[in-house]
Amino acid sequence: MSDTADPRLLRAPPKKGIRLSWTDERLRGIVWQLLVVGLVGGIIWWLVSNTAHNLEVRRIATGWGFLNREAGLPIGESLIDYNPTNTYSRALLVGVLNTLKVAVVGIILATILGTLIGIARLSKNWLLSRLAATYIEVIRDLPLLLQLLFWYVILQGLPAPRQSLNPMTGVFLSNRGLKLPWVQWQDAHSFALLGLVAGIVATFLYARSARAKRMTDGQPRKVWPVGLGLILGLPLLIWAALGAPWQGDIPALRGFNFQGGLTVTPEYFALLLGLVTYTAGFIAEIVRAGIQSVPQGQWEAAEALGLQRGRIMRQIVLPQALRVIIPPMTSQYLNLTKNSSLAVAIGYQDIVSISNTTLNQTGQAIEGIAIIMAVYLCISLSISLFMNWYNARIALVER
Amino acid sequence: MRPMRLATLRTLGAAVLASVVAVPAMAQQPAPASGAATMEAVKSRGTLSCGVNTGLAGFAQPDSQGRWAGFDVDYCRALAVALFNDDSKIRYVPTTAQNRFTALQSGEVDVMARNTTATLSRDTSLGFDFPAVNFYDGQGFMVKSSLGVKSAKELDGATVCVQPGTTTEQNLTDWARANNIKFTPVVIERLEELVSAYVAGRCDAYTTDISGLAATRSVQPQAAEHVILPEVISKEPLGPAVRHGDQRWSDLVRWTHYLLVAAEEFGINSANVEEVAATDTRPEVQRMLGKNGGLGAMLGVDNQWAVRVIKVIGNYGEVFDRNLKALGIQRGPNAQWSQGGQQYAQPFR
Ligand SMILES: N[C@@H](CCC(=O)N[C@@H](CS)C(=O)NCC(=O)O)C(=O)O
Repeated sequence: MSDTADPRLLRAPPKKGIRLSWTDERLRGIVWQLLVVGLVGGIIWWLVSNTAHNLEVRRIATGWGFLNREAGLPIGESLIDYNPTNTYSRALLVGVLNTLKVAVVGIILATILGTLIGIARLSKNWLLSRLAATYIEVIRDLPLLLQLLFWYVILQGLPAPRQSLNPMTGVFLSNRGLKLPWVQWQDAHSFALLGLVAGIVATFLYARSARAKRMTDGQPRKVWPVGLGLILGLPLLIWAALGAPWQGDIPALRGFNFQGGLTVTPEYFALLLGLVTYTAGFIAEIVRAGIQSVPQGQWEAAEALGLQRGRIMRQIVLPQALRVIIPPMTSQYLNLTKNSSLAVAIGYQDIVSISNTTLNQTGQAIEGIAIIMAVYLCISLSISLFMNWYNARIALVER
Repeated sequence: MRPMRLATLRTLGAAVLASVVAVPAMAQQPAPASGAATMEAVKSRGTLSCGVNTGLAGFAQPDSQGRWAGFDVDYCRALAVALFNDDSKIRYVPTTAQNRFTALQSGEVDVMARNTTATLSRDTSLGFDFPAVNFYDGQGFMVKSSLGVKSAKELDGATVCVQPGTTTEQNLTDWARANNIKFTPVVIERLEELVSAYVAGRCDAYTTDISGLAATRSVQPQAAEHVILPEVISKEPLGPAVRHGDQRWSDLVRWTHYLLVAAEEFGINSANVEEVAATDTRPEVQRMLGKNGGLGAMLGVDNQWAVRVIKVIGNYGEVFDRNLKALGIQRGPNAQWSQGGQQYAQPFR
């Protein structure tokens, strides 16, 4: 290069050692940083030692030993086998799974409902768009806790088991919840479920290779026949190979309650309903904003090419809108997960409810709160990581 | 510009340094409300912070003006009268079954008079002391009479409403296991919501201390529709709780209870206490009511405390009748020991 080099290079600071003087900027910087670290460290040390001292003086138990003690807690619904003779750690695991059960299902349903409402909000049909707008306003303005209590009271207003609604054989709706016929679960069913997952993955891979081939030869290939075979056929085949066990588990009224079958409890249902309808209101607005962020010109251009509206929406507008939609959507998923802790108000035994009870029975408040925080942190970080990955994947790749 | 920034930085630095130095100094201070400190803390604060129920008829309930009343509340009042001669110097802290222990552990309340069962783990690993048992109770079940159930043994397969964070939920699972009874629990934290779930028919039965069942039933519009089943499945010795290791404070709580019980035993009540104090010649009565012996001073209050407390609060029988009679609760095990009950005051000597 010539002597008219980049001026930034000329302004590079002269290298020199640290002088032991307050006028030395670098020395000052180091001193300040040490002080701040010392202050923060000192506060933490004080909090910890003060707490430990107080716990000691009051003879309050500490440590994690309680996790292996018998819990003795009654838990109403659980995805895994649980009885009150199990340990606190198992009871807490039941709580984590219950939280996940409502969060995962809630996120999926809220996304579907929210997207539909968001699209309806933009509809050319006046009635539909007004309805969607009203829904969004009302749902977002009422506190979630109130909505949960509202749904729970509504569900309690259903008839007693002996007078339950029976819309179909084996299906009963009462104030004890929704009872559905189910199969007696066996290993064959678990394997078939694994087959289903494998089928979905295989279909996904097949669709990818089909798309890649199409890029080279321009031939469109139908994905759905192969997909259907993989997603439905594979699990069915596994199930049949393992002897096709099929024993119905039909709910029946015996004594006070229905026995057998699958139960959706009023607590779970009220929580799910509340979380889904509430979060959908926010998601709808995000979806609307996303769609509107795609310039009108895209529609016009696509229409000029003769594409139908549905197709334009699916293949041109939505993929672009997604880039705007995904980041705020992540916050909504996190909100839904954290809001699920309102479960305690309506007796759904999530991780907060079970930790609270553990904390109360053992007196170990710090450990109990730490467990709740760790669980929410893990779930939230997982959601964020996944959404960030997805966001990076669909990001605009500029060529 | 430059020197000014430096000056501000210096002040900032001084402040930071000062706080770094101050932190270890603060850590040396005794932990608040530990050791023998509660008594001094309460006296110097001038008010008693008393943990009570969120609302249980007969035990602790605020009226429409926000004035608390009830059996447990009378114990808060007795302490305030003993200390300050004023039963308005109390801050009532409503606590749920779930959050009551943290309130006491953390020092938010000085004493918790809140139908709480004394158990070994609460006495030890939760860090409490139970100075006295002011109500001997047991756990029972309540069902709607329309259910046609006559005994708890018939509850196999039933859905049972129970509050978390109680001995109740643990007794329930023990009892069900021992009697080979399967039940579906509905576990709701707030008592109001739990009871309304039971009333709405979400549960077949509601279980808690029998006193709690009676209290809940008494406030139902159709009280007669609910029956309390005869089985008593546990022992629930209820009483005020204090933090462990604060003996002076727990002494006062214990002897305030004994004072109420002994007053009834000696026939002293709110109407006659002043006259008895002036004229009665029984030696123990004279010691108790402060004529001699200096017992009040030994407890850290003055010797007139007993007369004050009985005049304002009444004796144990008056407290019981005033608050619990209307709920249909009998004296039963809470009668005087001389009447076949278990309330037994240790000697005032
Ligand atoms: N005695 C039992 C139960 C005491 C208890 O909390 N009972 C309930 C039902 S009567 C209650 O008072 N709840 C009031 C509340 O949580 O607000 C215990 O100490 O664990």
